[in-house]
Amino acid sequence: MPQKKISLRIDGELVNAVEGQTILDATRASGKSIPTLCFLEGLSPVGACRLCMVEVSGIDRLFPACTTPAQDGMAVATTSARLSRYRRMTIELLLVERNHVCAVCVANGHCELQTMAYNMGITSVRFAYNFPRLPVDLTHPRFVLDHNRCILCTRCVRTCAEIEGAHVWEMISRGIHARIVPDLNQKWGDARTCTNCGKCVQACPTGALAEKGKAMEEMVRSTTAITSLAHRRGAAV
Amino acid sequence: MKKLKLATVWLDGCSGCHMSLLDLDGAIIPIVRKVDIVYGPLVDAQEFPEDVDVTLLEGAISTQEDVEKLQQIRSRTKLLVSLGDCAVTGNVSGMRNGIPVNKLLQQIYVDGADLGGCIPGDGLPQLAKQARPAQDFVKVDICLPGCPPPNKVIAGFLNNLLDGRKPETNAKVKFG
Repeated sequence: MPQKKISLRIDGELVNAVEGQTILDATRASGKSIPTLCFLEGLSPVGACRLCMVEVSGIDRLFPACTTPAQDGMAVATTSARLSRYRRMTIELLLVERNHVCAVCVANGHCELQTMAYNMGITSVRFAYNFPRLPVDLTHPRFVLDHNRCILCTRCVRTCAEIEGAHVWEMISRGIHARIVPDLNQKWGDARTCTNCGKCVQACPTGALAEKGKAMEEMVRSTTAITSLAHRRGAAV
Repeated sequence: MKKLKLATVWLDGCSGCHMSLLDLDGAIIPIVRKVDIVYGPLVDAQEFPEDVDVTLLEGAISTQEDVEKLQQIRSRTKLLVSLGDCAVTGNVSGMRNGIPVNKLLQQIYVDGADLGGCIPGDGLPQLAKQARPAQDFVKVDICLPGCPPPNKVIAGFLNNLLDGRKPETNAKVKFG
């Protein structure tokens, strides 16, 4: 059955899309961009980071572009003073929540959170730093899990479940106590379901998952590898 | 023309930000001709003077003594600039913040000592529970993050200031 064509306005411009596309899909297909952190093309979107919030005309509350379906006749604003304010606040809150010490981070210079702060021109945060005491899991022979750098985007959870099919990662606890855990809260080295494939490490936007032996600034990764694997997998099904 | 009174302060940092300032190389000469460096590790003054135009602050705030210094600096400075990640975010100085102070000192100066370790105390200001950024204590006017902030960022900022433009950097600056 051919997909139903729809049209919507994005920042005033008329854009064609097909039914089933999200606002983010339609926006990016039309050559515009919306900032995202938890979104990774090829993985199912979850709307965790709240960076891609957009305004939909006629409705007062904001919508995450990555999970909201584009609808015929919809009018979407992807930029506004209000959205910039909230996006900046989101990045600031991510920076204060855990210990993002960029200077000594393996991902320094290759980190999506750091880049996002840079692009928004953030030079300081207005909230008090939380400085939580968080563990680093070094039990895996090849990889490191550093909770200090995790932003709970769940890209690793989705990559492992949807691309590798192992579903090693899950979330535990709620709110400020939430963190990612392998295999029902085991040490990563004891997680029997882990295939040691390293896809989660490639998908991580920050320095939370890294290869062992990398010094600061050395953890260069390829999120496009995850996307192309996802597309190949999609084609095979 | 009246010279601009510039102070630099080194609190809980590694001096890397001051190194980056010196790393302006030749560009520092025209800047130095237009400023009086009235206080800081590069000059001799013992007390922080009154009526300072600009203070570049390096380092996090780690002791009660730091807090008192910072409050005095703020009250005597027109434009207070947090220079570098330690002053802006806590950075490496703040990596101790999750560890209780007595345990931290014990681990480093006693357990980690090769021989005869003891916790240093006499004449030293006591460590506060956490090393925190300057803006947690006083109003900071400008933040120049970076570890250290690149010399071009510092030069751009100082030249803007000296040429009477808005005191800001021309380039975007990143943490780390």
